[in-house]
Amino acid sequence: MVQVALVDSGGTNIGSVADAVERLGGTARLTADPAEILRADRVILPGVGAAGAAMARLNELDLIAVLRDVRVPMLGVCVGSQLLFEHSEEDGGVDLLGYLPGRVTRLPGDEHIRIPHMGWNTLELLADDPILAGISTGERGYFVHSYAAPVTGTTLAACEHGTRFAAVVRGRTAETAHIWGCQFHPEKSAAVGSRLLANFLSPAISEGVTA
Amino acid sequence: MSVARRIIPCLDVRDGRVVKGTQFRDHVDMGDIVELADRYRLEGADELVFYDITASPQGRAVDIDWVRRVARAIDIPFCVAGGISSVEQARAVLHAGADKISINTPATQRPELISELAEAFGVQCVVVGIDSLRDPDGQWRIRQFTGNPDATRALETTTLDWVARVQELGAGEIVLNCMGSDGVRAGYDLEQLSAVRAVCHVPLVASGGAGAIDHFVDVFRESDVDAALAASVFHSGQVPIPTLKDSLAEAGVEVRRPHLEGEHSA
Repeated sequence: MVQVALVDSGGTNIGSVADAVERLGGTARLTADPAEILRADRVILPGVGAAGAAMARLNELDLIAVLRDVRVPMLGVCVGSQLLFEHSEEDGGVDLLGYLPGRVTRLPGDEHIRIPHMGWNTLELLADDPILAGISTGERGYFVHSYAAPVTGTTLAACEHGTRFAAVVRGRTAETAHIWGCQFHPEKSAAVGSRLLANFLSPAISEGVTA
Repeated sequence: MSVARRIIPCLDVRDGRVVKGTQFRDHVDMGDIVELADRYRLEGADELVFYDITASPQGRAVDIDWVRRVARAIDIPFCVAGGISSVEQARAVLHAGADKISINTPATQRPELISELAEAFGVQCVVVGIDSLRDPDGQWRIRQFTGNPDATRALETTTLDWVARVQELGAGEIVLNCMGSDGVRAGYDLEQLSAVRAVCHVPLVASGGAGAIDHFVDVFRESDVDAALAASVFHSGQVPIPTLKDSLAEAGVEVRRPHLEGEHSA
């Protein structure tokens, strides 16, 4: 049974992520304990809310260095995915974990583009990756957010709402190849989300990741 | 392609069971909450709203045991409404696995609650429900305590002013329940929804009046709402969600159609 550590970054969707992991046959424990995080088979960085609050909480719990020591596959979800980047303009500007290059910015809204971006939107696959196995361009994930990361070389799938942004990302360097991020909520995205999470929990995801 | 217009069945919950009310009284048991939630998930509902009808009139908070059961079972987003009047009550519901909480009467009594919730959980969790009715002078105004017809009160605040105010305070989504069309099944109140749409910059959910597939087509095309909520037409089976979504797509409304992608089998 795959054991997943859900890093306690203070978000409110943590219960839902644990439920989704358990529906897929894994076990999930919410934890801020470094030993437990480093012992897990998978690490998920969840988080709903604001990037500033999530970073403050990780700092307070002394988890930033711990996360750097994680070698098993790690997945950031929603705000947790944004935290993987260098900087966010949310909350007046906040430095993030910096695993992936780029700055998180506010989505531009207008009369017809409502912010928050809330609902089921289409994925545009840009790269082959085991985390996207069985998922095709045009399928929809459930998004709820006002900030997003830009489409860069680390983007595996893009989405569009006012502007194109990164929907699924993965580190490109030897030090970051075990790190994925998902801006939509896989735990709330029906079959598409279960597929992504099942891929993340599967042994195949570790290929090419030096644990 | 862009974000899909959402179809949201609303389920009334009493003591952990789904019930159907007639004239707000004489509630009929409709079945187990998880079974019904799962049925709508399989049919392709984009989101669910659970309205705890026991909570608000009795002045108590939502019993969250059923929220846990729903969260464990379903993999689409859901919102809990009814009986939430504090940050602590909202936290319990969100931690139990709800994605959003919807507040209505408590927001009219203490508007700062909206800001407190947005500050604590982010605007994306905070839905403000508005019960609105046109007065004899032609103005739409908000109502409170609508869960009990004997307690319902009309307020001075116009609906358009309240929509602007709740957005300033941190509402991430607005559900406009047009009481004049609610339960009549003659269609959504397109005039009122269009007027609110013009001043609403966050997602807007239409509620009240759905009786046929055409009503959904009209509300998306005419009033440009982001989502449409309904109860009885879904519960009765009169409007099957897959058929509704096919019709919407034919009419040029962008929708998520998991029944065509084989998603429902997962």
